[in-house]
Amino acid sequence: MVKLGASGKLDRRDLTRVLLSDRGDLLVVAGLGAPAWDISAVDDGPQNLPLWGGMGGAAMIGLGLALAQPDKDVLVLTGDGEMLMGIGSLATIAHQAPKNLSIVVQDNEHYGETGMQETATRHGTDLVKMAEGAGIKTTMLVTEPGQVPALKAALHAKKGPFFAVAKIDPASLPLALPPREGAILQARMREHLMGPAAHLA
Amino acid sequence: MDRNMIESAPNAAADWPDRIYDLLKQYNVRQVALVPDAGHSRLIKRCLADNTLRVVTLTTEEEGVALMQGAWLGGDRSVLLMQSSGVGNCINMLSLSSIHRTPMPMIITMRGDFGEFNPAQVAMGQATQSVLEAMGTLVHRADRAEDVAETVEASLKLAYNTFRPTATLIGQRVLGAKTFGKD
Repeated sequence: MVKLGASGKLDRRDLTRVLLSDRGDLLVVAGLGAPAWDISAVDDGPQNLPLWGGMGGAAMIGLGLALAQPDKDVLVLTGDGEMLMGIGSLATIAHQAPKNLSIVVQDNEHYGETGMQETATRHGTDLVKMAEGAGIKTTMLVTEPGQVPALKAALHAKKGPFFAVAKIDPASLPLALPPREGAILQARMREHLMGPAAHLA
Repeated sequence: MDRNMIESAPNAAADWPDRIYDLLKQYNVRQVALVPDAGHSRLIKRCLADNTLRVVTLTTEEEGVALMQGAWLGGDRSVLLMQSSGVGNCINMLSLSSIHRTPMPMIITMRGDFGEFNPAQVAMGQATQSVLEAMGTLVHRADRAEDVAETVEASLKLAYNTFRPTATLIGQRVLGAKTFGKD
């Protein structure tokens, strides 16, 4: 069962831990900031691409990866600020409709890396409705631990594109930094998927 | 204003769009990201008719940069087709290539260039090459139809063999400048 934070909302790192436990061949792209620290704290390795930059691009990176690897489940785990910056990509993803792509927004309604300024989701913007409006048919709003098993199952259901918002506690958790050299982060996932031949491409 | 009204497409007899298509096949490109441009319309039609190419129509060009990152991560080669005005939308996202050393070839039709009619196109058109180079992109231009295929091929090779963003700028001299009858 996922723990709750002081606000009574889901604890982001514990949610990440549950989503990535027994992950099988799940590939994860994490948006810059706290989602990247979360996946690194829970389970760093070649199946993860934690982003250090490219804000607004996480969902599209997930799309390119999902199209290239149609047999693998791909999860984009990102924040509300990062998702809002690339919100048009939801239309692009709905159009392409990859069955193996899931996007989970950990929504704390704040820009957590820059001083906890409020985002638009704090003031009524509904990312689930925006995803539905973009044409994504399978969506979920997660506010309670009891919904997490269904959320986790959806990541492996190959009925995507799947989009979910999880309302999370806004606490800033201890930093857990992944490797900072992006060439390593990219190369390790390519090798994981294609073997040593990846480096001869 | 209807976007088609202010843009120009290559002469139907020109074969360079077909030669770019042939290069995409030769270099085993699998994902073609684009924001449509009239100058690319024939190439886009060829790509859409090919079931082995995944055409991804974007809402903004920077999505295409991120798509190229994900494609390469998963083992696919990709390209981004756009008009020069779209280059400005890509600036920060191009840092993904320098972060990860990701091949990102771009094929760009120019506006605000040779004989432009529309004043609004000039600022970004004239800044296009500088902006790309400021972000570490190797840029080549083709200003004659017969140079386009060779230049695109060089850009594809440079991107895939040396792991960086590259761009071919197809000059407006190749595309022709539409003038609303005011030429």
